Amino acid sequence: MTAVATPPRRRRRRFRRRTRDMLLGYALVLPSLLVFGTFIFYPFVKNFWLGLYRTPPFPNLPRSWVGLSQYRDVLTSQLFTNSFKVTVEFVALTVPVGITLGLLLAVLAHQRLRGITIFRTIFSSTVVTSVAVASLISLTLLNPQIGLLNYWLGRSGSLSPLDDPKWALVAVAGVTIWQNLGLSFIIMSAGLQAVPDELLEAARTDGAGTWSRFRNVTLPMLSPTLFFATIVGSILAFHSFGQIDLLTQGGPENHTNVLVYAIYRTVFQENNNGKAAVLAIALFAITMVLTLVQLRFLERRVSYER
Amino acid sequence: MSADHTGLVGALAPGFAHFLVAVAALLVTSIGLAVVGWRARPALAHVARTINRYVLLGVLSLIVLFPIYITVVNSLLPADKIAARPPTLFPTHLLAGGYSQAWTQGHVSSYLFNSFVVTFFIVAGQLVTSICAAYAFAFLDFPLKRTIFVVFLATMMVPFEVVFFTNLQTVVSMGHLPVIGHFLGLDTYGALVVPFLATGFGAFLVRQAFLSLPRDLRDAAELDGYGHLRFMWRVAVPLARPTIAALALFSFFDAWNQYLWPLVVTDHYRTVQVGLRQLSRVSLDQINVTFAGTVLAAVPLLILLLVFQKQLVRGLTAGAVKG
Repeated sequence: MTAVATPPRRRRRRFRRRTRDMLLGYALVLPSLLVFGTFIFYPFVKNFWLGLYRTPPFPNLPRSWVGLSQYRDVLTSQLFTNSFKVTVEFVALTVPVGITLGLLLAVLAHQRLRGITIFRTIFSSTVVTSVAVASLISLTLLNPQIGLLNYWLGRSGSLSPLDDPKWALVAVAGVTIWQNLGLSFIIMSAGLQAVPDELLEAARTDGAGTWSRFRNVTLPMLSPTLFFATIVGSILAFHSFGQIDLLTQGGPENHTNVLVYAIYRTVFQENNNGKAAVLAIALFAITMVLTLVQLRFLERRVSYER
Repeated sequence: MSADHTGLVGALAPGFAHFLVAVAALLVTSIGLAVVGWRARPALAHVARTINRYVLLGVLSLIVLFPIYITVVNSLLPADKIAARPPTLFPTHLLAGGYSQAWTQGHVSSYLFNSFVVTFFIVAGQLVTSICAAYAFAFLDFPLKRTIFVVFLATMMVPFEVVFFTNLQTVVSMGHLPVIGHFLGLDTYGALVVPFLATGFGAFLVRQAFLSLPRDLRDAAELDGYGHLRFMWRVAVPLARPTIAALALFSFFDAWNQYLWPLVVTDHYRTVQVGLRQLSRVSLDQINVTFAGTVLAAVPLLILLLVFQKQLVRGLTAGAVKG
């Protein structure tokens, strides 16, 4: 550690120790690298390569090299443009509402009140529902024959919203918002707890009302959390699959055929890995743009402390 | 508001309309109280405001909880009662038949068992690999360390949804290998576990915790003759326990809730999330079984939420950083 000249024997010992440390270092990261290499980087690179070959219409025929033309074909196809549109709509339906509701609940639960912890637990409770649990619950709530929501909305016996081209995506979005409400609440609550009480106290002595305090103190202080939640929520929403698979299978008439579901169908119904690979790369590109936006704007636009 | 419902309210079922009217009336009364009290007596206004808050919190709790509540109620009712109109909103029968049917004929017991096995190995594996890698990044020096760290971070940029079908091909071809095939082929626990044995996110999180430990600690331990592995296990890991606990809970949630990968890679060894898909296909006269299965699938996470609320909140909040 010291810069003082060391005698040769100790230097040799230090050298041996450094080699040992080095080997230990590699040994410790190696297991992770093996997993990453096999199940993340290798398939990722392979996707690009798969996208260059056209999968034959019948199995056992040789696949043919088509180069980048498959990328062009798939990215301009009706399948992709529709899926992209549906996915963006889905993100636009779920993320803002989900964050707003989570923030609303968090603000309401962020007060000194007897028994408030019970309400906090209730508001975070939907984190215990997985996509599958939430989908099954709503599948039965929206069932045309026995669905309670259908009954209460006066739609008993008629089409379930899930089968209605106009409402299917909205219904799936509603389920998703409910399922993620607990998580949204937890994140927003954590953000609220980080807002220093002194600031709010100072605003109060300056005569700022409840709304003004929220608007001018809490909200700006929350902006990193809100920004984070928006980006991460969008990424998660872009990757939605389970609720589509369980609730609508992409229907009616592809109105809920989000990107991941389109990939899934291309693989398992069309057996077309080449096409699926291009769709997957498009999904990756979208994710990367969102992540880069997150990294880029995180430091700049968002106020941390003044 | 008379009993004959017209207009928008008329389109709704009577029970629901009554509920809305009752809530509105409660809110109007307590807001009125608050306004009147504010003029007349501050103490009264305070009471009214408090009532207001409870009403608002209560109503929102009802809305958030209702889907879960009605699922529990329905899981206890016989199937014909569930379809009855007006609906039964309270458990009248307490029939556990749905549960026993879901448990045995619905295979929920084996789904849950599979999920527990898979989740346990994923969480344990992720903790071990994350702690090891984090230790290397925080306490050891070796060539290409920064590059390797960037590689770890880069894994967070590739979502599993992008590579799942290519990984499926990998798993299929591994299944043809002589010995490994039994552990890693299609429809094995290995296929469900191995792709998730390491996470860049976990390594990053634990590294941050290790870096926040005082540097003198390592030097002091070295003087005491502690090697790296002993130091890691005896000193660094115990001190980073809060972070590791948060990571463990986050991993548990992530692994337990997986859907796409277990769906495409298994046939026999269904996890409970994919098992629910089968349960959703039963006929309506057995719908209480579906409800019971749904409740059973949520119980483990519910227990985690109630027991480890603090760590869970930490884990999920930290997890929000992950893309």
